[in-house]
This record gives sequence, structure tokens and C-alpha cells, in this order.
Amino acid sequence: MRRNWWKILGVLFVGYTIVAGFLTPVPRMNILNETIRNLYFHVPMWFAMMVLLTVSVVYSILYLRKFNIKDDVISSQFAYAGILFSLLGMATGMQWASGTWDSGTPNYFGWTGDVKQKCAAICILIYFAYVILRGGLKDEDKRAKISAVYNIFAYALMIPLLYIIPRSDKVNSLHPGAKGNPAFNQYDLDNTMKLVFYPSVIGWILISLWVANLFTRYRLLELKKENAL
Amino acid sequence: MKKLSFLFLMLLSFAVQAQESSPAMADTFRKEGKIYVVVLVLATIFAGIIAYLVRLDRKISKLEKEN
Repeated sequence: MRRNWWKILGVLFVGYTIVAGFLTPVPRMNILNETIRNLYFHVPMWFAMMVLLTVSVVYSILYLRKFNIKDDVISSQFAYAGILFSLLGMATGMQWASGTWDSGTPNYFGWTGDVKQKCAAICILIYFAYVILRGGLKDEDKRAKISAVYNIFAYALMIPLLYIIPRSDKVNSLHPGAKGNPAFNQYDLDNTMKLVFYPSVIGWILISLWVANLFTRYRLLELKKENAL
Repeated sequence: MKKLSFLFLMLLSFAVQAQESSPAMADTFRKEGKIYVVVLVLATIFAGIIAYLVRLDRKISKLEKEN
């Protein structure tokens, strides 16, 4: 129980956001209206993904230094869990966008063709390629080495795709946080929203770490059964 | 009576205008208390998912001890 305190904390924080996220007041804004509450749930998915993929790349580097196969297991399982959360972030982002971003083009499941969506989709595809790469290599050491190197490149590509290109003046992303867009400054300053948003981010990060932790332990057990470890 | 209903209509139109001037929110929905239903549904789903995660965690811990 004492070692599981962070899991309990995560559950408490997210449980709190589910209640407070719908019952506390939010700024009244045109276009966004009540959908502003999506901020409590959509954004933490990306925070969680970011943490998981960072842990993944750290263990990839550790693997390349010591060639301990356990580091490769942790790295790969955290990447898989990160992909899960990136898909959740992508889906929730598209659902939110379908109601708020009018691109003037037919709207298929919220795909508005916004730069932010395209870049996020490219980023997810890069990580899909990581999964395929691992699946395609049968030799364990070769798989671990090649995928660790690939993982570092994938991580390095994710930073410009998610945080630099969509914020450029030239691409006009509708996503908040990009230059010249409304919303983020306004709700960044709103103190009642911060009281829900920050616990939500921390809570989802902790729950995502729990999920990745379960992935890793399961895979380690599997390898032990195969006597590969 | 006619005057009264006219006055009532005036007031109503004012109320509608007042609502339109500020961004529309789910005020009536909240007043009726239906938001609690939404919270309850989400809390139930979340509780179910967490119960599943806890069970999975225990099963894996048990297997780890056996090995």
C-alpha cells in the first residue's frame, strides 16, 4: 500500500477533476461555450504522452549505454503506452475541433486539416513505424539496438512537430497556444480553471505511468516465462 | 389584460436579448440539476476502469511473487 501512494493520488486527482470539471464555473466565451471544459481532459492526454515518451527515450539511451535487455523492455512498453495516450489525445482533439473549428471544408470525424492535427498525425505515424520496426526484427539484441536508436530519432522529431511547426506564423494553426489565437491567454489567467486543470494534468500523468508500469511488468513476466530474461 | 400580456412579452424579449448578448452556456441544464447525472455517469465509468486496473495490478503482483 505504501508503495502505491502515487496510484491512489492519481485516482483521487482525476476523480476530483471529473466532479469539479463539470460543476465549477468557467469563463463564458463565444464559440467555445461549455466545450472549454474539454481542456481538463484533452490536454492532460498530451501531457501524459509526453511524460511516457520521455521516459521511453531515457531508457533507450540507458539501453545503448549498458545493453541491459530490461531497459529495452521498459523503453518499448512506455512507448506503447505513450502511443495509446497520443491516440486518445488525437481523438479528443478532433472531437473538440469538430464543434469549434470551422474550416469551411467537409468535416469527417473532426478532421479539419489544421496544421496541428497534421503534425500530430505525422508524429503518431512515426511511432507506429517504431511498433512495426520492433515487430519486424526477430533477433532480440538487434531489435533492441535498432529500435532504441530509432526511438531517439522519433523523439527528436516529435518536438518540432508538436511544439514548433504549429506555432509558426506561416501556418496559421487554429489550435490555442499558437501565436495570434484567442483562448489560451484568457483561460490561462482564469484561476478557477487552474484549480481543476493542474490536478487533472498531474492525475492523468500518474495514471498513465500506472498503465505503462502494468504494461512493463506484464512483458517482463512474459519474457521470464520464455526464459529469455 | 392586453397591456399585461404586452408587458410580459416585452420582458421576455428582453430576457432573450440578455441571454444572447453573453455567450450561451448550459444554464438551464444546470438549473434543472441534470449536470449531476453527467457527473455520476462519468464517475461510474471511471470507477469501473480503476477497479479493473487495480485487479490487473493485483494479478500481476501475484504472478511476480510466484516467479
